[in-house]
Amino acid sequence: MRVKSIVCVKRVPDTETRIRISGGATGVETAGVKYLLNPYDEFALEAALKQKEGAGEGQVTAVTVGGAEAAEALRSALAIGADDAVLLRAEAGLEGLAVAKLLAEEIRGRAYDLLLFGMKAVDDDLQAVGPMVAELLDLPAATSVIEFASADGRITAQREIDGGVEVVELTLPCLLTMTKGAYKPRSASLKGIMAAKKKPIEEKPVQASSAGIQIEKLSYPPERAAGRIVGQGADAVPELLRLLRQEAKVL
Amino acid sequence: MPNIFAFAEARDGELKKVAQEVVTAARQVADQLGGEVHAVLLGPSGLRERAGELASHGADHVHVGESDALQHYSGEGFTTLLVNFLKANPCDAALFPASALGKDLAPRVAARLGVGYASECTALQVENGALVATRPKYAGKVFARVRFTDTPAVASLRPNTFAPAESARSGEVHTLEVSLNSADFGAIVREIRAAAGEKLDVAEAPIVVAGGRGLKDPANFKLLDELADAFGGRAAVGASRAVVDAGWRPHAEQVGQTGKTVSPTLYFAIGISGAMQHLAGMRTAKYIVAINKDPEAPIFKVADYGIVGDLMEIVPRLTEEVRKLR
Ligand SMILES: Cc1cc2nc3c(=O)[nH]c(=O)nc-3n(C[C@H](O)[C@H](O)[C@H](O)COP(=O)(O)OP(=O)(O)OC[C@H]3O[C@@H](n4cnc5c(N)ncnc54)[C@H](O)[C@@H]3O)c2cc1C
Ligand SMILES: Nc1ncnc2c1ncn2[C@@H]1O[C@H](COP(=O)(O)O)[C@@H](O)[C@H]1O
Repeated sequence: MRVKSIVCVKRVPDTETRIRISGGATGVETAGVKYLLNPYDEFALEAALKQKEGAGEGQVTAVTVGGAEAAEALRSALAIGADDAVLLRAEAGLEGLAVAKLLAEEIRGRAYDLLLFGMKAVDDDLQAVGPMVAELLDLPAATSVIEFASADGRITAQREIDGGVEVVELTLPCLLTMTKGAYKPRSASLKGIMAAKKKPIEEKPVQASSAGIQIEKLSYPPERAAGRIVGQGADAVPELLRLLRQEAKVL
Repeated sequence: MPNIFAFAEARDGELKKVAQEVVTAARQVADQLGGEVHAVLLGPSGLRERAGELASHGADHVHVGESDALQHYSGEGFTTLLVNFLKANPCDAALFPASALGKDLAPRVAARLGVGYASECTALQVENGALVATRPKYAGKVFARVRFTDTPAVASLRPNTFAPAESARSGEVHTLEVSLNSADFGAIVREIRAAAGEKLDVAEAPIVVAGGRGLKDPANFKLLDELADAFGGRAAVGASRAVVDAGWRPHAEQVGQTGKTVSPTLYFAIGISGAMQHLAGMRTAKYIVAINKDPEAPIFKVADYGIVGDLMEIVPRLTEEVRKLR
């Protein structure tokens, strides 16, 4: 059996990066920032590769929406093991519904068994594009999936919910958003990086519509005032509790 | 009249605390706009009895949809019911909790209505008759003020951020017709495996007791379980990524940029150094207490109170003293 997967990926700043707000206060500085493949998308990609390997045959296609630089995420995905890639070339910085609509439009015309997303992109932290695409394409979907298996044209997925795990059964084709769980993302090998240079990236210009929201202004969170060291060792515990009760009034 | 919709999350026949928070926030927005709050409660039969609690937090109308088809959460089913409701009862804003369920449901509702969505909001304001939301981006390194270009403005609210308030109303209870058959869903819940002992989820708990590599051995997490227990059902155990990656704790407990974002009233960071990616998940806690043997550990820069020393001595003493408070 061939398993065909489409994995939606995004280029995001390294999680160590200091984020600086740019002049107009609606965006962030990009100069000097190191970018990576979104960590959650690595779980999605790994899951897709495992499915293909398990089936013995298949195809993994990576798709991204963004400016020319967004293709870096595709190159990473190809180096890790994706077979081909599509860049939906739009303006940079689109989010939410605008991205979901572009992805849905592209994916609607394709044949696939699994449509995989990261649970969230660690730049916008929206946690929405996956479930939005599920709605736009009217696909069975499960979010925050830690592990899944396929048998008889069905997927059994385990998803993280508040205080436990939910087991969901879905008919194919279906959409899953992946979080950290059973899949340990592999890194790109030197061979993979070389091979990726020969793999195709199809570039399509697209026109975005409204995301329904406008970012009016970005600001930094208030600095947390440096706290105080209450004391050393176990003897400091009674004073800590006194402060929590009388000063912070939280106990 | 500008109506405000509030999704009241329930589980096992009980309202979740986030339901009170969302209804309270909806009340505040409705008061500024001069409108009414419509709370919607979905689940298996028996929920109707909970409607009064929503009225006491400010719901003018409580719409209760009870059906066996709603035994388990279904993204498709809940979205269909809510979108039908919002089409029949146009609202200026639709508020959800940023719980696991809310973060699945809210973006679906927004997409099916074709409107914008802001997740994990930490503040809502009304300016010139329009809703403005504040939400974190880049793991809380920056905050964005977000305006909505369509109605309803769909937003999910970060748990533990909007304090529930009493605002007694009589609250009219309505029946929401549910004509769904769970067999029609493309995704069907087969089983729910609750975490051992019906524990509070780390994202919802008002107190979080989090441990890191400084605990040295997975067995030592017993000390944190005991401390959490001493708070009498108000605390959950959390973990740094280092101990999750090591397989000591499940990912469900991980706090940080690639784990959960928590905003408890009180956060204990125990044997956690305070890496940027960890801070990303907890820096909006109201009070942070750090216990670390290294006085230079970065966690002390964000902690309100710190104790320097060996956690193996400090934590048992803390548990003992907390027990005495009860
Ligand atoms: C892409 C990416 C995403 C990440 N996401 C996350 C995330 O979501 N969450 C997260 O937590 N991390 C995340 N990290 C990892 C993060 O960078 C740190 O490596 C991690 O948080 C360190 O965990 P720790 O504090 O438990 O361990 P360490 O940094 O090893 O700290 C252990 C601390 O314990 C103290 N200690 C040791 N013994 C004792 C004792 N007896 N008594 C008291 N104190 C003691 C030490 O002084 C030290 O400060 C991420 C990293 C990357 C690259
Ligand atoms: N610009 C984009 N291009 C392709 N996929 C995206 C893009 N933005 C988000 N995604 C996908 O949607 C997931 C969730 O993103 P978000 O809803 O922004 O947190 C990501 O992990 C990706 O799988």
